[in-house]
Amino acid sequence: MSDELNVGIADMKIAYSPKGLISYALGSCVGICIVDQVKKVAGMVHIMLPTNNNVSDKNNVFKYADTGIPEMVKQMELMGCMRSRMIAKIAGGARMFEIKGNSSIGNIGERNTIATKEVLSKLNIKLIAQDVGANYGRTIIFDSDTGNLTIKSFAKNIKII
Amino acid sequence: MFSYNELNEMHIDVLKEIGNIGAGNAATSLSQMLSKRIDMNVPEVSILNYDDAIQSIGGAENVVVGILVSFDGDIEGVILFLLKKEFVHLILNSLMGTELSKFEDISEMELSALSEIGNIMVSSYVNSIATLTNMKIDISVPGLNIDMAGALLDAVAVEFAEAADKVIFIKEKYFYGEETVYSNMLLLPNMSSLNILLKGFGIEI
Repeated sequence: MSDELNVGIADMKIAYSPKGLISYALGSCVGICIVDQVKKVAGMVHIMLPTNNNVSDKNNVFKYADTGIPEMVKQMELMGCMRSRMIAKIAGGARMFEIKGNSSIGNIGERNTIATKEVLSKLNIKLIAQDVGANYGRTIIFDSDTGNLTIKSFAKNIKII
Repeated sequence: MFSYNELNEMHIDVLKEIGNIGAGNAATSLSQMLSKRIDMNVPEVSILNYDDAIQSIGGAENVVVGILVSFDGDIEGVILFLLKKEFVHLILNSLMGTELSKFEDISEMELSALSEIGNIMVSSYVNSIATLTNMKIDISVPGLNIDMAGALLDAVAVEFAEAADKVIFIKEKYFYGEETVYSNMLLLPNMSSLNILLKGFGIEI
């Protein structure tokens, strides 16, 4: 797979096999990858925040876990995917910085991960693999054919989940 | 003013001046620490969205050192100081005589030296602003990480950039001898603090 579709920050793409999907350098953001392996259609959404509390910010549903994941699933269903066949893999949600005496800084990654899991469970989509948390960034590549999620990080071995 | 989008030319000029004063003081403390003459020119200040800010530091996967300091007191926010490899090499080489070929090989001692330098530079930066505006600003012990620029930036920007998807990006150019190195500073005051800061410099909002 050399020509993956690039999923930017607060962005979502859906690809047919053999086209893959890639998102670069996720820090506290979470990448949610969903595939219907019968249909061979895969989607990836790169969310930044757990929930959209700001009602005025309607211009980007893919910025938030609570709006971005359901919208991606809806679009996949419109392409003939079935909810019951969908499986999900997630990565990201790191805590990149730790500042002594300021515990509120840096926990957005964990909140993103928790929100993501809640949304997936509400949608009845099985989460089968995850690589979340810790303090390093992740570039993620999703293979729409095999459903493999490849994770590349600085100074770490490549991981496939 | 409610968002970074509303900053006009005059506000940006003031931020440029803040960047200039801050960076000048930071360069002075850096040159004292390294016992080297270090000159700089007027920093470029721009209000960028995430993607452009990431491109300015060499792309999402470019590995850099990130030093994060939070400040509070009369104004609140964070400063993310991003150092590219050439700058890190200059610091470590001058300070400890070591050669840095790869970030992977950096030692614990070099890391704590970097953290200390970052701390001193950010402190002199913030102190010069505090003195000029007569404000009380306290800064935290820095958090440091070496990773892909995109990952360091998203973690900070997401949490502090308020409603707008923008950051105040200050690019400094330092000269020492024949060489030129760059550092990038992302200033992320919360919105009310930005208003106070601009007022502190005599700008009516």
